[in-house]
Amino acid sequence: MSIFISEETVEGADDGPLAGTTVAVKDNISTEGVRTTCGSAMLEDYVPPYDATVVERLKDAGADIVGKTNMDEFGMGTTTETSAFGATENPVADGRVPGGSSGGSAAAVAAGEADLALGSDTGGSVRCPAAFCGVVGIKPTYGLVSRYGLVAYANSLEQIGPFGSTVEEAAALLDVIAGPDERDATTRKEGADSDYAAAADGDVDGLSIGVPTELVEGADEGVVETFYDALDQLEAQGATTHEVSLESVEYAVQAYYVIAMSEASSNLARFDGVRYGHSGGYDGNWNEVFGRAREEGFGAEVKRRVLLGTYALSAGYHDKYYKQAQDARAWVKQDFDEALSEADVLASPTMPVPPMELGESLSDPLKMYLADANTVPVNLADLPAISVPAGETDGLPVGLQLVGPAFGEETIIRAASALD
Amino acid sequence: MSTQAAQEGDLAAVIGLEVHVQLETATKIFCGCSTEPTEEPNTNVCPVCLGLPGALPVLNEGAVEAAVKVGKAIDADIPEETRFHRKNYYYPDLPKNFQITQYDEPICRDGELEVSVEGERRTVRIRRAHLEEDPGSLQHVGGGIDSATHTRVNYNRAGTPLMEIVTKPDFRRPAEARAFLAKLEEVLEYLGVFDSQRDGSLRVDANLSIIPEDEIDDEGAISEETLADANRTEVKNISSHKGAETALAYEETRQKNLIRRGKGVQQETRHFNETHGSTVSMRSKEEEKDYRYFEEADLPPLQVSDWKERIPIPELPDARRERFEEEYGLDDESASKLTSTKQVADFYEDVAESFDPDLAATWVADNLLGELNYRDMQITDVEGRLDEFTRLVELVADDEITTKNAEEIVLRRMLDEGEQPDDIVEAEGLGKTGEDEVAQAVTEAIDENPEAVADYEDGDDGAINFLVGQVMGKTGGSADPGTVNGLLREELDD
Ligand SMILES: [Zn+2]
Repeated sequence: MSIFISEETVEGADDGPLAGTTVAVKDNISTEGVRTTCGSAMLEDYVPPYDATVVERLKDAGADIVGKTNMDEFGMGTTTETSAFGATENPVADGRVPGGSSGGSAAAVAAGEADLALGSDTGGSVRCPAAFCGVVGIKPTYGLVSRYGLVAYANSLEQIGPFGSTVEEAAALLDVIAGPDERDATTRKEGADSDYAAAADGDVDGLSIGVPTELVEGADEGVVETFYDALDQLEAQGATTHEVSLESVEYAVQAYYVIAMSEASSNLARFDGVRYGHSGGYDGNWNEVFGRAREEGFGAEVKRRVLLGTYALSAGYHDKYYKQAQDARAWVKQDFDEALSEADVLASPTMPVPPMELGESLSDPLKMYLADANTVPVNLADLPAISVPAGETDGLPVGLQLVGPAFGEETIIRAASALD
Repeated sequence: MSTQAAQEGDLAAVIGLEVHVQLETATKIFCGCSTEPTEEPNTNVCPVCLGLPGALPVLNEGAVEAAVKVGKAIDADIPEETRFHRKNYYYPDLPKNFQITQYDEPICRDGELEVSVEGERRTVRIRRAHLEEDPGSLQHVGGGIDSATHTRVNYNRAGTPLMEIVTKPDFRRPAEARAFLAKLEEVLEYLGVFDSQRDGSLRVDANLSIIPEDEIDDEGAISEETLADANRTEVKNISSHKGAETALAYEETRQKNLIRRGKGVQQETRHFNETHGSTVSMRSKEEEKDYRYFEEADLPPLQVSDWKERIPIPELPDARRERFEEEYGLDDESASKLTSTKQVADFYEDVAESFDPDLAATWVADNLLGELNYRDMQITDVEGRLDEFTRLVELVADDEITTKNAEEIVLRRMLDEGEQPDDIVEAEGLGKTGEDEVAQAVTEAIDENPEAVADYEDGDDGAINFLVGQVMGKTGGSADPGTVNGLLREELDD
């Protein structure tokens, strides 16, 4: 069970802030001349002719890329088990999944295969594996990091984010990749001259932490205990905590999946066998050929999501599903804004459960979707969040999630570094 | 309606157009690739217009500026902000299998364009106009669309900015639709956002349905119910003004015949066959198409509230025509001809500045355009030589050559041989002083050769050749023998 899909080294510049540092890159981030499969048989032989902006920035910063990491197919999963290249085992929890969809990246850092790693987070795909593998993962504010070269799953929700063994290391990688990019119109001027690494000073004196009750209630008992122990540590260092309510999150998982699947149905439409996948050799008209190529090239979870997304956007269902999901998204945003007007950060367990056993959740997609309950609302709200190790329950890692206001990366990095 | 039909009473056609025009911008709408046509396939391409995984669109504001100019020219409403949607469908020429287009927030809404049909001016209402990306192009090998053994895809065109202009169903006759397309092209070319000479720059879908004529009220309006009741066909694959008229005339006759025979009209998409001048049913499951439009999150909404004020447009053909009538005292016909394209109008104004506006009008509108038209040429074909034509008008204005020679000899040789007017005058000895010399030599030859004159008068036609030779000798061979022959006969036959 491999961490990497392709183990290939790409050397960066001779000097720079990351000179001598090794970085693992999720296999949905384009690397010129190195195949980029997205964990899919459809892209088994696809070699991009260009580098993603973040890869360019890594190379310029002197980092050495050590390989392309395993992932759920097109990012669609919470365990890295939907990869067409097989599952990845959690390096710190035998027989367990590393989380997903950026499971290979988190595992690479946890196993010492790379100093740092890049993942992408559409609904928790950086934070979940960070929590499960006992490392740090950051999901930046939507628009902080360029998505140019990130193969899209749900483009209105996702951001590329860093993994590190410590908050400071992850923050240093964020410094390299953050900032505007003229090739991604959704990036903003923020992050251009950032020094997130310097914010990892552990100073939480006077920090106000809101705890959304809805995000703690449903969680596993051992997870909740570990979470509150970590909050106690923060309070001991001068932070204050209070409960807040996010009523809208009850609808967040549904809304998230409708939006993500709808966007996926369009983003993945280009994989039709004409230029990617098992093209050629089929009889029939274009539609039949396209259908055959997609039937063979996509795995079950991808097909399920593309189908459901197509349905949600269809005439007659668009208003009932897609539009309602957009309304719910607006409500979630508003809820977070209100909660963050009375707290500097919001804290919750990153995942409501500890890492599942390998094979356990594949047969029950709904259970897998519900495991995303604490992470997806953050993507709906476009906000930054970090997952930092909070401790263990029964020997399994537990992550603590801190959510900040838009472009408030420094605040969540400073708070999380108090737990390092 | 289908069989509302067979009823007695006159039938009327209701026509609406959806016009796709390529906007002239240096680069494509969502990437930096050139829009310049190239022979070599798949060379003006990049990750963005090829739709490679991970590539993202970035809006070319030049395309939005062009669209705002069109909006101003058709007097449309331009919203505070404009945004893009995805139109999802599978087709091999579509790199991403969705097209980035505009849906419920188009850049232009509720415009109009005045059209002149057989001397009558009419206002055509424009429902909306929006921006979108052009797909690539397909080349079927070894047969037509149905019988080809394989198909080649060329993405050079993919990402060229397109504007789709949708009219209300305001046309009653195919000729009106044709006139609208001509006028629209004229306006777009005036704006400098369109090149009608470019292959594939205009593509038209035309809708036609038939209603009872008495459903049209005195103002020419038709109720929504009547329109909704009538089954209409959409004809695709029209690429010229003439094609639109032919396709619609065919559809009008076809539908009227069906109704008169008591048969219903099928609501369907039809394909125009330009060679046969007919339309054929596409016989596909087109009718159920659901494009699943939703917002393109990769392109943030663009604020355009002040663009209308910020972006100037040139004087448009109608305003210019009226000004020509007032300022230069031209009649409607000349003024219309002279404002038919921006290049012609600009050229006319250059010439009229230095010479009598009437003379300039005759030379530009009648002579130059007439000769160009005869040769199937455009003003753009001689754009670089307008100084030479100005010189020709100057020669006439200064009375240096006759109008007849200027028209029949100099202008034609300029167009046919590419020669300079002064060179032609010189070579042909057309200068009026030259003519005087020839006339002088003719008089002398007659005076000096009474015998030859007598022979000619006695019916010896050959004697004229001797006299021509004498004249040629006196003029050093510069005179035209034919002209000399004519002049001699004129003198002698008196
Ligand atoms: Zn391009």
